[in-house]
This record gives sequence, C-alpha cells and structure tokens, in this order.
Amino acid sequence: MKYDCIVVGGGHAGCEAAHITAFMGKKTLLITMNIKNIADMPCNPSIGGTAKGVIVRDIDALGGLMGRIADISHFQIKMLNSKKGPAVRCLRCQADKITYPKNMLNALKNTPNLEIKEAMVEDLLTENNKIKGILLSTQEKIECETLILTTGTYLKSNILRGDKNTEGGPHGEARSNFLSDNLKRLGFNIQRLKTGTPPRIKASSIDFSKMQEEYGDEIPYSFSHDLQPSYNPKEQQKCYLLYTNEVTHKLILDNLEKSSMYGGYVTGIGPRYCPSIEDKIVRFSDKERHQLFLEPESLYYDEWYLQGFSTSMPEDIQEKMVHSLSGLEKAKITKYAYAIEYDAIDPLELKPSLETKIIENLFTAGQINGTSGYEEAAGQGLIAGINAVQKLRNQEPLILKRNESYLGVLIDDLVTKGTKEPYRMLTSRAEYRLVLRHDNALLRLRKYGHDLGTITEEMWANYQKVEQEIKNLNKYLKETKLEITENIKKEFMDNHFSLPLNKTSLFDLLKRPEVTMEFLNHFVSIPFSNDIKEVVSIEIKYEGYIKKTEKEIEKMLKLEEKQIPKDIDYNKVKNLASEARQKLENVRPITLAQASRISGVNPSDLSILAIYLKKEYGKNE
Amino acid sequence: MEDTIAAISTSVGTGAISIVRLSGREALTIANKLFKGPNLTKVNSHTIHYGFIKENEELIDEVLVSVMLSPKTYTTEDIVEINCHGGIATTNKILELLLKNGARLAEPGEFTKRAFLNGRIDLIEAESVSDLIMSKSDKQRTLALNGVNGRLGTIVKKIREDILNLIANIAVNIDYPEYEDAIEVTQDYLKETMTKIKQDLEILLKNASIGEMIRNGIDVALVGRPNVGKSSILNALLNEEKAIVTDISGTTRDVIEGKMNLNGIEINLIDTAGIRETEDYVEKIGVDKSKEIINKSDLVILVLNNNEELNSDDLELLEKVKEKTHILFINKNDLKSKINLPETENVVYGNTKTLKGMESLKEKIMEMYQLDQISLKDLTYLSNVRQIDLVSKSLEHLEEALKDIEKKIPVDMIEIHLRNAFDHLGKLIGECYEDELIDKLFKNFCLGK
Repeated sequence: MKYDCIVVGGGHAGCEAAHITAFMGKKTLLITMNIKNIADMPCNPSIGGTAKGVIVRDIDALGGLMGRIADISHFQIKMLNSKKGPAVRCLRCQADKITYPKNMLNALKNTPNLEIKEAMVEDLLTENNKIKGILLSTQEKIECETLILTTGTYLKSNILRGDKNTEGGPHGEARSNFLSDNLKRLGFNIQRLKTGTPPRIKASSIDFSKMQEEYGDEIPYSFSHDLQPSYNPKEQQKCYLLYTNEVTHKLILDNLEKSSMYGGYVTGIGPRYCPSIEDKIVRFSDKERHQLFLEPESLYYDEWYLQGFSTSMPEDIQEKMVHSLSGLEKAKITKYAYAIEYDAIDPLELKPSLETKIIENLFTAGQINGTSGYEEAAGQGLIAGINAVQKLRNQEPLILKRNESYLGVLIDDLVTKGTKEPYRMLTSRAEYRLVLRHDNALLRLRKYGHDLGTITEEMWANYQKVEQEIKNLNKYLKETKLEITENIKKEFMDNHFSLPLNKTSLFDLLKRPEVTMEFLNHFVSIPFSNDIKEVVSIEIKYEGYIKKTEKEIEKMLKLEEKQIPKDIDYNKVKNLASEARQKLENVRPITLAQASRISGVNPSDLSILAIYLKKEYGKNE
Repeated sequence: MEDTIAAISTSVGTGAISIVRLSGREALTIANKLFKGPNLTKVNSHTIHYGFIKENEELIDEVLVSVMLSPKTYTTEDIVEINCHGGIATTNKILELLLKNGARLAEPGEFTKRAFLNGRIDLIEAESVSDLIMSKSDKQRTLALNGVNGRLGTIVKKIREDILNLIANIAVNIDYPEYEDAIEVTQDYLKETMTKIKQDLEILLKNASIGEMIRNGIDVALVGRPNVGKSSILNALLNEEKAIVTDISGTTRDVIEGKMNLNGIEINLIDTAGIRETEDYVEKIGVDKSKEIINKSDLVILVLNNNEELNSDDLELLEKVKEKTHILFINKNDLKSKINLPETENVVYGNTKTLKGMESLKEKIMEMYQLDQISLKDLTYLSNVRQIDLVSKSLEHLEEALKDIEKKIPVDMIEIHLRNAFDHLGKLIGECYEDELIDKLFKNFCLGK
C-alpha cells in the first residue's frame, strides 16, 4: 500500500495537514502515537489571541479546520483590542480540552481519503535524497510519495521539574527516541528548544470569591466565515484574575537554585515571551506583583489552568508557591507545572513551501520548525499539506507573501531568519498589519482556496456573496445622502460632532474618524450584516493609511518579482561582503525581496546581486 | 520606471557650475514644482531651459535645466539636470528642495546601476559599476559613521531610543491587551511624549543651520540708495578687520566685497556691486537690483540717511526687507534727524565719517545670530544634506502623527508614523529596525503565560 501523503503527528499541525491533503483528493495516512491525543491542547485552554486570532481566520479562509472546530468547542469568546484600531482586533476563545479534540477527531474521521493509524515512526526511508516512506518501531515499512513531519515536542523530549528529569512527552507519553538522530544523519541541524506549562488546580479547592471575574463578550462571534455563532453569549463560562504577592516572590527567590532552569538542568533555549514565574521575578525584581489568570480547562472535568505561573520548580516548592496565592491557600494541584525540552530542526533548512532543502518531498510543520503555539502550528500544517499536494500535482507551491497573511510573515521569518527560541507570532512582526486584519481574511485568501481546491463549493459561494455585499454596501453608502433634520442635528451636537452639510453621503460621513456605522444607525437603518459593515467602514475610514501601506507593499512586491535562480553560485558574485555571501549561501533566498530581509545583507550587497543576476541571467528584469 | 532619485552629480565645491540630477518616474513633475520658467512637463525631450529655482516665491538660483525623456537617457528613465551656480549652499539647497518634494537621495552609483539594470550599458561596464558601488558605499559607510559619531551620534541614538520605547509600549498594549503593568498609551500620553521627541528633532535641525553657518558663513547684503554710505560702511568694517579680500566668487554669483570674522563665523559682505559705478545705470535698475540681492542674502543691512525724510525708494526697500532678517543702519547721526522711522527694533545709529556705530553694528549681528553662544568645539551639528534630509523626514512623520492624534486616529495606526520616524533615524546612524523592537518588548515588559 502506497500513500500519496503520510503525516506524522496528530497535533494541530498534523490535523490540518492530513485533512487538507485528503480533502484535495490525495490518499493520506495520519500516524499518531495515541489517537486519544489527536488535537491535544497540552498547554493553555485557549485558541486565538492577538495575531494568532487572525491566523485562525486565515486558516479558515483557506479551508482549514481550526476555526470551525474552535467555534463549536469553546465556552467563552472575546474580541481583544476592540477599543483599539481595526488592524489589531483579534478573537480569542477558551476552548474546551475535551470537546475540541473530540470534534477534531470527528472531522478527520469524516474526511474521505484519510486513514488514521496508531504507531511510532522511527526512521525515514529515502532514495537519492528523496522521500520513499517511513519505518515504524515495529519495523513495518510504509511507502509514500510525500511525508509531512509534525512531531511537536515529542522529539527526544524531557520533562523537567527541579532536578527531576524524565524522558517523555506531555502527559507522560512516550517520546520519539530515534527520529531526530536519523534526521541529523540525513544532514539536518538539530537544535534543542524549551518551553513550559503552569500547574493545574482542582476547581473545588479554589476560593474564587477572592478573585476578579473575567467575562466573555456579549456580542456573539465566530472564527469561521461559513458558520454563524451557535452559542448563547449569556451562558459563557467566567475566568478569574489574581496576583502573586510578596510571600510568593520570597519563596521563589529562596528556592531559585532548586528550579530546573536556575539549577542548571536545562540546556534548551526557552522563549522570552513565555518566561517562567521565576524568570519574571528575577528579571523584573521591582514588580511587587504579577498577574495570573485562572481558566477552566473543560466543562467536563474540574481542572483549572493557572496562566502566568509556568515553572520548573520541584513539586514540594510548587505546592508552597500555589498556596501563597490569595484564594488558592487550600488548592489541590492536579498536575504540576513542568518545563519541557525537545529537538527541533533549524528552519533555515526549509524552503518557503515548507519542503526541506535536504530531502525532496519531505515537509515539516509546527514545533519541529521552531515555533510555539497551536495556531502557528495549524497554519504551517495547512500550508505544508497544500504544498505537498502541489508537489504531487507538479504545480507551484502556495507561498503567501508578507502582505497577504500572518502565515506569510511566519514562514518567511522562519526560512529567512531562522529562530533561536520558540517563535510566537506577534502583531509587531507584521510590517503590513494594517492590511492583515481579522475582518478581511476571506478577501485576502479565499481565492487561493478556490484555485487550489481546498474549499467546498459552498465556501466559495459564501465568498462570492460577501464580495457582492461589499460592493452593494459601498454603492448604498455613496447613494444615500443624509438629510439633516432637527433630530439629527441634535444628535450630532450632543456628541460634539461638527455638523455636516445637508445631503452629505453616508460614505463621506464615514470618512470622519468619529462617525461610525453604529452612530449612523441612529438615523438610517443600514441593511447589511455587521461583518460586511465592519470591513467596508474600515476601508473607508482608514483609506489614507491603507494607501500608504499599499505603496510600501508595491515596493516590496517589485523585489519579490525578481527571482534568484536556484543554482546561483554566490562565490562567483564579485564584491559581495563576506558576511552577506555566507548568509545568502545559508538561506538561499528565492527572491531579491527575501534576500533583502536577511540580516547582514545590506543595500549595496543587494545592488551587487541584482547586477550579477542581470548579467548572468539577463531575462530576470 | 522606478522611484525618483536625486543627487549632485558634479564634485561638490569645485567648479563654478554644479549639476543636480534627477532620474525616475516623477523627475519632471518634481523639478517643475520648483522651477520658474517654461512648464517642464510640456517641453520637448533633450532641450535646455532658462529659469529660476524657487522655494515658495523666493528665488534660490538662476539656472539652466536640461530635460531628457525616457528612453534615450543615461538611465533610460526620465532625467532632469539642473545646472546651478556652483556654491555648496545653493546646490545643497536645491537638492534639499528636490528631496522635500518627493525625490529620494540616490545611493552611491545608483544612476549607473539603473543604467545597467535598464540595459543601457554593457557587461564590462557593469563589472566596474559593482566595484564602484562597493568602494563608494564603503566610503559612505565610513563617512556616515564618522559623521554621526561622538555627541551627535549619542543624541540621535537617544531620540531613537525614546521613539523605540514608545513603539514597544504600544506593541505591548496590542499584543498583550490584558497585561496591566504596561502604561496604556493613550492619545494624550502619545501627544505629550511625541511632542518632546519632536522638539528634540527640531533642535537638531535648528543646529543644522548653525552647522551650515559654520561652514558657509552668513551672507550679508548692504543696500540703500546711492551715496547713502554703503561703501563707507563696507570699507570701515573690512579695514578694521584688516582682511580685505576682493572678488571671491561665493555662494551666490554676486561679488562678495570681502569677508570678516565674528567669533569664528565668516561674514560675507555683499555689496550691490556695479551700482556705484555708473549712476545712470543705477537710476534705472538700482532698486530692482537691490531687491534681488535682498532675496539671496541671510541678513540685510539697509542704510538710511538720518538727515532726510524717507523717499519712495527707501519705503520700497523698507517694505522689502520687512520679510528678511535685517538691520537698519541710520547714517549721519551727527546731523539733524529728519527721518521718520516706521520701526525701532534692530536699528543702529552711526556715522561713516567718524566710524561711529561700527562696533554696535557688529554687536547687533552677533546678537541676532547668537554667535557668542556657538561653540566650535562642540560640533553636534548635522553636517550634510543626507543627514538633514533624514532628520527632516523623521520630523515630518512625527508632525503627521501629531496631526492624526488630533483627528482621534487610533494609537496603533499612529504607530506606523512612529516606525517611519524611527527608521529614518536608524539610517542616519547605520542601524536598522528588524529585531530591535522584539528585543525591547521582552526586555522592558514582563510577559508570559
């Protein structure tokens, strides 16, 4: 039996990858060590968040599963940054750790062409640096055309608590002992990374009355562009806010040497944006307290996640630390916090399609590529899956540009700059974030889904409907002129807005920063859905800024057009600075734009390269 | 066609004529905005036109402009070349105006690079182009570093750091909306902080003009009716300094009668040369001529006669100097005062026969330019067009940002301007953005799950 595609790993990257290859008609096998851990959420019980929420929308626009599954698996949802500008609004939901994996597994089981198998992969079978199949720990061989590795944190993973260092993955699952060594043998650079997770607390042992309540939004939202919100906003589960105190800090400082990190037991590099509580207290010693959140893991068991309290202290110290918190004096810890170290490859060894440079038809996605986060993983899984199929079809890979999606930014950063710590997406990483919004994901990406065959007919029809509605609303706003009656006059005056000329179009009124669709709704009922109104009003109101961004994008795209041939020999390019030569050789960018983003390649190197390309390859202009 | 680049294409400081060259999509429209003469966007290709470069309505220089349309040009793009009158100050000024109106300062060798990329020059030449880019940019890198090290570098770094802190703060508000330890950057906070940064940049730019003064001196024009005592003042000032240097071609094509030195700063005295020589000629164009000189100089000394009432020529000159930095020198103070002065500020009384008032005149100049406060040792001055351009662009972005705050544009949009301002200052000291922000974010704020 030969598969078109085998996906190794059933985490967020693996689920998206396997689903999309199967959906695109390719015979797919998803291999997981434990089917119960499909779409597992071993860390925080939430999906979305700043920048990540937009990734989920992007995944959905392209036909991926994460948004759709999150929509039917959460018990609280919020629009973050709703009071800030439109470019930074993001959805985040509290996803149920029982329901989400269950719903994901169901979706996968209902995907034609997809088989799921429990097994442990030990080695890759290759021939002339091309993938042929896999070898299981049972010594069974399975053949495939393409392989996608999404091994998460399971490569040679170690769990650390104090001086205790246990081999194994999350939940005490077995780790993969041979795969990363075999990757090394094939020529990959393996790096050691670290992350961590906080303790879980038994709900019935928590005194919530001492904490501040945190609610979901009253307006219903959905990640998916194709599903209406199906929950009752009034029935959302609360979360809680609490703080560390002097006692906690003293406990940690007194016992610092006992933690895995400070005791010198950790070799991996941890992410700066996700420091342990001991890190926070050491590095920010002037802070009297740190924020913590208590979030339910599921409605089906009574464990709560203590966000902000990630630690690698031994269990007895963790007990004391937790008990020092107000409301948790009698708390029962159901799972102790831990740090986890694991192997990952150097993403500089990847092409922007997520195919490895070393082994043809081998793709990687998720934490193995040095990223962190469910959404980052899912997004890469989706792209790797699509590109595995494109490879099978002998067609060009889908490479999203930095102005098209956060996924474009994510992958470009990885394959151009590499990463030395687990990479988390942040809005600050996206220079064109004004066009990478929550509200326009469909407009940015669904056409690709249609062209590539990653979406259903129904999803395409939804897109066309939205496109038409946007046109209609724009037309409506231009044609509808506001007659200034006494009432309207009063409304403007009451809000301290300057009075418009009579019969100004709604379109022109919306250009004013202070005039919103909501405000206009006081006098005219605008017959369109909120989603359509949002995207249209943003484009009207921030037209000037958007145009400026587009000008910047235009400049970048010109450089993107300039391809660098695959066989270029940088040693033949005279006058390149030696640092630039080395970096270019290492990254092997595919366009001049990508070359320009490599640190250490400066404008004069780029000029020299452009001239060399013109000279040697002529037609590239 | 690419964006429009500009540079001085003759070696600066030598030769009587300098050429400022523009190439690119908007070469014609940008040049035309500054040109008083035929409409450059309508003229034939490969033609030369006489006219003036103006800033608003002020004439900067008398020039010849060549227009060469794509594709038969050096770069194959539209090219405009402005032939101007040599002096560093004027040439720089014209370049600055082009940059202000949308051109970008060309990188070293960029015209030639474009020529090559557009297929205009051949392969052998191309080799030398890349050598050229290499050597020039190395030199420029060194120059840029030398230009901004020491105190200027420290100041720019400090301002840049202030902007980065603000950006990082905004970024934290966005990426960690529930993190309450970071200050919430409100519009008011932003306005306050940015106004401070803006003032720092303005001081840098203001000092830039001092730097320019140190390099080029101050052009002082002596105007007034014939025989009112201009030459006597000139001679008195120069004699006293014992530094008579005649016929030096200077920053304008007018003859500088001489230079004197005030606290290390050169004062270029421009007389209305020729006007004294032929009285008939003076009668005809004397006042017109004076007006032109008034426009071109930094400081105007208008000489009036204490013993006479103001006549129509005097009034016209008074009207003209009102818009300029000026001093009224009232000659013949030993005679009866019949003059009816319209203003009392910046007036110096004196007598060219007895050389009275010369010291007061010098003191007045010192006072107006705060020359006593300039320290030549402490050179925290921006020293070239590139530096000034980068600081002004940075300032422009801050100004735009401040305007948008008034319009209640959300903070995260304003941040786009801040990034631009930050980038421009980065170019000045040879540092680029990239990972600085992310580093700052995690260094300054305590974030995590």
